[in-house]
Amino acid sequence: MAFEIFTFSFMHRAIISGIAIAILCSVVGLFLVLRRYSLFGDAIAHSSFGGIALGLMSGIYPLWTAYGVSIVSALIITRIKDRFNISGDASIAVLLSSGIAVGLVIIGLSGGFTLDIFSFLFGSILLVSVNDTILILLLTGIILIVILLLYRQLLYSTFNEEQAKVSGVPVEKINYLIVFMAGITVVTSIQLVGVLLISALFVIPNVTAIMYGRGFKQTAIISMSFSIFSVVAGILVSYLFDITPAGTIVLIAIGIFGCTIGIKSAGLLSRHH
Amino acid sequence: MLKVVEIEHLTIQYPDVKAIDDVSFTVNQGDFLGIIGPNGAGKSTLFAAMLGLNTKYKGTIKFFGTDIRKSKNHLKEIGYVPQKPIFEKNFPATVNDVVKMGLQKESDENKIDEILQQLWIHELSERRIGELSGGQQQRVFIAKALVNNPKVLILDEPVTGIDQQSIDLFYSILKELNSKQNITIIWSSHDLDAVNKLANHVACLNRTLFFHGESDDFFKNDDLVKQYSEASMQEHMHHH
Repeated sequence: MAFEIFTFSFMHRAIISGIAIAILCSVVGLFLVLRRYSLFGDAIAHSSFGGIALGLMSGIYPLWTAYGVSIVSALIITRIKDRFNISGDASIAVLLSSGIAVGLVIIGLSGGFTLDIFSFLFGSILLVSVNDTILILLLTGIILIVILLLYRQLLYSTFNEEQAKVSGVPVEKINYLIVFMAGITVVTSIQLVGVLLISALFVIPNVTAIMYGRGFKQTAIISMSFSIFSVVAGILVSYLFDITPAGTIVLIAIGIFGCTIGIKSAGLLSRHH
Repeated sequence: MLKVVEIEHLTIQYPDVKAIDDVSFTVNQGDFLGIIGPNGAGKSTLFAAMLGLNTKYKGTIKFFGTDIRKSKNHLKEIGYVPQKPIFEKNFPATVNDVVKMGLQKESDENKIDEILQQLWIHELSERRIGELSGGQQQRVFIAKALVNNPKVLILDEPVTGIDQQSIDLFYSILKELNSKQNITIIWSSHDLDAVNKLANHVACLNRTLFFHGESDDFFKNDDLVKQYSEASMQEHMHHH
């Protein structure tokens, strides 16, 4: 009986978009985590809440307004941070709270919370349409191509900005590119896990993968595998037991993180000692 | 003789102090220049300007005859080894990953193996950079600096916090790069003995340039040697 779920076309769409989002979040998230920008995804997600509210009020498709608001506000906050020397964590706090504040005010003005808002807050992967799936695949493809083309510059400027500059890497442009890609990734992923749990997909598979002591490419592949496993297993388990997919996905990711810590403290992960 | 670096009337003003005051000197191809001076003498400031990291200076810096304000092409010819490379300790990059970051053209990948072998770190190529000792890390950063066949190597007090055995190996590598591959080396240090052994030119910097010339002439000048060995002694004690 359980295999019946593989025959539903909404489940096909959910799993295909889920895998794409899992790959996207783990790759973009790896650069954010290594830049000590782990919560940046969370901040962008919260600012997208303002964008979603704006869309719901104005009648424009909320994801479009979310893309616009999140990307623009992420770029602005990065500019302010660089220009006025504000620390990374403080700038994240500013972005995070202003997005929620704008969202709350707009929602208040337009007559209170609706069901739509909840689906954006907590995700609604089983409801993705064919068009959504195509958009998710397209954006994932574009971002992965950009990352592959600029792999050396992205990695180098993440590793050490000053040395990258001396080697002629346009570090500032690369920083903005990462923020831009993070904005697109976050809004694209909202459908899967919702605004509130997005940073989990950015951070948990990556901190888990980093513990395996491998080089960059292998770490990225390990992270992607954990991410894909969490998302697919999360969608299936949540459907079978009728629980929320977003929470289930994140709990599975945390489970893998916990197991890794267990293996590591048992001394089974050290490669060279 | 080909002029690699020409610095003319370089002045760098910080809000409260002149970090570099009207410094001029020339480095020719094949020179092994040791720049000595106490902490705060402006050595790192000078390098930052030469590497294009600080553009707020007065005067002119030329590499291979071209003003670096006009073109950044000189960066391709420079290998830079920082004082103490800063990176996250658990950064998931192997030695191979780090050296490859320096590589301008993907097609030169087999060059990496060759350089790792030359620097005795071939066996470490799949180890994470954060797991290595200070001396090993420093050799990895030399490898990264060398991977594009630079004409000039700039090193900012590269042996800070490294054990003596690694330092000796490091110096013999520098000597060989200079004598066998004719790489011009510009190197700041506060180890006068090492400068005496390795460098063929010396510059004494303490905001202004007190001496620049052949190292034999410097080490013949007892006053200068005394002054700079005292300065470096004080610095040495300051370090410990």
